Amino acid sequence: MTNSVAQFLKKNKALLLDTWIQKQLASDTLRDDLMTNDELRLQSEELVDLLVKSVNDNNIEQTESASFDELFELLSAISMSRARQGFSPRETGLYIFSLKEAIFELLQQDLSSDPLLLFKTSLKFNRLLDSFGVVTFETFIKGREEVIFRQTEEISDISTPVIQVWDGILALPIIGTLDSARTQVVMESLLQKIVDTGSGIAILDISGVPAVDSLVAQHLIKTVSATRLMGADCIISGIRPEIAQTVVHLGIDLSNIITKASLASALKHAFSMNRLTVKRAESEKKVL
Amino acid sequence: MDKIPILRMGAFLLVTIQVDLYDRLALNLETDLVNMVHKTGARGVLIDISAVSIVDSFMGRILGNIASMTRVLDAETVVVGMQPAVAITLIELGLSLSGVYTALDVERGMALLQTKLGSDDELTDDDADYTE
Repeated sequence: MTNSVAQFLKKNKALLLDTWIQKQLASDTLRDDLMTNDELRLQSEELVDLLVKSVNDNNIEQTESASFDELFELLSAISMSRARQGFSPRETGLYIFSLKEAIFELLQQDLSSDPLLLFKTSLKFNRLLDSFGVVTFETFIKGREEVIFRQTEEISDISTPVIQVWDGILALPIIGTLDSARTQVVMESLLQKIVDTGSGIAILDISGVPAVDSLVAQHLIKTVSATRLMGADCIISGIRPEIAQTVVHLGIDLSNIITKASLASALKHAFSMNRLTVKRAESEKKVL
Repeated sequence: MDKIPILRMGAFLLVTIQVDLYDRLALNLETDLVNMVHKTGARGVLIDISAVSIVDSFMGRILGNIASMTRVLDAETVVVGMQPAVAITLIELGLSLSGVYTALDVERGMALLQTKLGSDDELTDDDADYTE
């Protein structure tokens, strides 16, 4: 019979790992498509190693103790990587809780002669592993949030591409609703590109904007004014009939802004502003 | 006391602001510039603010004022080389500087002034023909 928790863990380390792995392999939530069994074994082994190393009789009841920092760090790392790999919260949770089951089973075998001690020790382990579960969950959610945050950032980046369509002509297709934050991004990237390329004309294409209300229109007017301040001309293109209707119904004055129905006509206008002409090659042959 | 130099280039005046404008400096610039336009009979004023990174509503107003004042003296004002951050700030402050011409750099500003001046000259010629 073992009195010390640390001794118990050390003695049963290999057995504990085996029991735990078996439990995981037997579980319905095993995802061998996301992680191979070898990887799972390595990960579990690392965790059990550290658990055996850090838990002793003194700190088992103090889950906040600094001696668990390393263990929590490992747990966080595992949980974070599982969040990124696409494990569900349930699978990640059960991963930790199956460890609890494994420990309890071994405890039962070890302490079957002393029910009182078994109960007390189980309670201690229960508390410790619950706190492991909480940490795992917290970091799992944090990991997921990070993924969402990164995706949001990527979306806002890819949704504002400034394209140089011709020497001195930039085009910016706006896709999705324009809010204040996006207008800021659009404006900054457009103005920066104007400076970088020295372009004199910018075309804002709003065919991908689902609806134009007074706020969106105000954002557009702001962008156009800012471009003008930089010394470039701004053309708004891609105005659908419905948008033309709403703009007039809302009483928004776009008369100071050059507006075109399509990107093609805006480009044509930009060419004429730059005194460029586009000719069909065949007609040249005829002349010659 | 800092003073912003005003250079004469033919019929135009060139002002390059290379320090951050504080209120007093901006007011002095306004006075100096208007005097200079009057003295030289310049037809255009080119203000290069490419080195200015901080702007406030006062400075925006001064730019607008300079443009209006020079227009009274028959000279056009072109502001060139505005930084993106400055442009955004001015727009957020609600100053769109509608009376001021703008250009990307000094070269294009010069070209703009030349075309403005050219068309003005033609216009006056036409007028002259008409009155004759």
